[in-house]
Amino acid sequence: MRNNKLVYLLLLPGLLVLILFLVAPLFSTIFQTFKGETGLTFAKYSDFFTESYHRKVYFRTLKLALMTTVIAVILGFPTAYYISRVSKRIRGLYIILAVFPLLTSPVVRSFSWMVILGRNGLINTLLLKLNLIQEPLRLLYNELAIVIGLVYLFLPLMIMSLVGVMENIEEDLVEAAESLGATRKEIFLKIIFPLSIPGLIVGSVLVFTGSITAYTTPQLLGGSDTTVLATLIYQNAMSLFDWDTASVVATIMIVTTVVITALINKLSSKLNA
Amino acid sequence: MKKNNGRLLTIFALFVYMFTLVPLVIITGAAFGSDDYLRFPPGGFSLKWVENIFRVEMFVRTFKISLEVAVIGTMLALIVGIPAAYALSRYDFSGKRFLQGVFLSPVLVPGIVFGFSLLNFLIIKYQMPVYTSLLIGHTVIIMPYIIRVISSALENFDYSIEEAALSLGAGKIKTFFIIVLPNIASGVIAAFILAFINSFNNVPVSIFLTGPGVSTLPIQMMSYVEYYFDPTIAALSVILMGMTIILMLIIEKTLGLNYFTK
Repeated sequence: MRNNKLVYLLLLPGLLVLILFLVAPLFSTIFQTFKGETGLTFAKYSDFFTESYHRKVYFRTLKLALMTTVIAVILGFPTAYYISRVSKRIRGLYIILAVFPLLTSPVVRSFSWMVILGRNGLINTLLLKLNLIQEPLRLLYNELAIVIGLVYLFLPLMIMSLVGVMENIEEDLVEAAESLGATRKEIFLKIIFPLSIPGLIVGSVLVFTGSITAYTTPQLLGGSDTTVLATLIYQNAMSLFDWDTASVVATIMIVTTVVITALINKLSSKLNA
Repeated sequence: MKKNNGRLLTIFALFVYMFTLVPLVIITGAAFGSDDYLRFPPGGFSLKWVENIFRVEMFVRTFKISLEVAVIGTMLALIVGIPAAYALSRYDFSGKRFLQGVFLSPVLVPGIVFGFSLLNFLIIKYQMPVYTSLLIGHTVIIMPYIIRVISSALENFDYSIEEAALSLGAGKIKTFFIIVLPNIASGVIAAFILAFINSFNNVPVSIFLTGPGVSTLPIQMMSYVEYYFDPTIAALSVILMGMTIILMLIIEKTLGLNYFTK
């Protein structure tokens, strides 16, 4: 049992850091939202959801995250399938090109869309030159800009999650199916797709929760009438100094991501069974 | 041999890759424009916006702070993370899986919630200095990267070498520093780089932990964009992308970029 003592000694500093600086602050924030004048209460939550503005922000956040995830799957799935089937050397190149944006600052990546969608940006310049429009379009600071920015932010993550699973699908399996007369469509539907589901689940969870909690992109590409949960926390805490509401939104965000992750995981275990 | 992809699929994949890469090319083009406002395509070629970065005092100052926080935060996370990663991969004990989850948990907490909670708890409640809180926040978010990368480096380490050193009479601590650590050196470097990038690029945690004289480069960039729409940020972006490329080369040499598909 000498080892056990050593193990806990080695883990202790890290655990202390996490308990003092992660668990304690989070619990303090969450606890605050249930504290009423007398005992525990859900009043702050019912107050929060009574306001139609808050409901709107909440459902907007979910809607944008869902749209982002669906688009990321539609764009990412075929791309990942393609990457998993090219030669190893070229695959490495594709992976490098997907990792690069992943490691680039989200500020830079969101900003690049300000250059493209802005008043004097690429799209407006192009449309004006072609005489398709007379006045620059307002492409920034709306929901569409946020979705574009989020898809842009998270697509590499979806592709990487899928490639990781797809490159392990045995080519023998596909060849066996082919020799037994399966069509390309059948091979895709009966072999490739089912075996890719774990990657699809991981990718979707990452993209969906990432989109719900994203701050930088909606802050830069969204406007004052496209507030989402993350920007709502910031506004309440730093501009309105409404700490209670900020804490309530923070708690709602955590609960939402946990519930959705659990739901998707449950769904996947059902599909696998 | 893998079967060839269909033409349609190839075109689709290339289109998707254009979508992921063209914006970064455009931002590079915009950085070297000669116009006074941000536009693409730019009117002419000029380096004045690159020069302008170094003239804006707050960029220079916050770049230093970002660098400092990332380096010190990563060091701190390594100091508490390496022993934990070692314990988690070397020994079997009850509650091991749970503790592994605990150490990776910071990555699951939304950054914006964590940042706000730290402001709430450390700065407001316990009156901690802003800079210290910023450092603590970054140390915590860095921890999972350290644990994960070092653990996977330790998985490949042959512990019989360690046993040999111990049986020859070297002490446990000496053995760790002379035998174990040098063998996982490339893992430590990779962990450092990954942690550094994530700390340096962080926005949602840092944004709550700024105050007079304390801010990070990404936060400063975001507030600059709110007021000015000139190519300075584009020029700065190009410099940051250059930094990312260098760090990626180091990751490729140490960890291999395949790490990201795992």
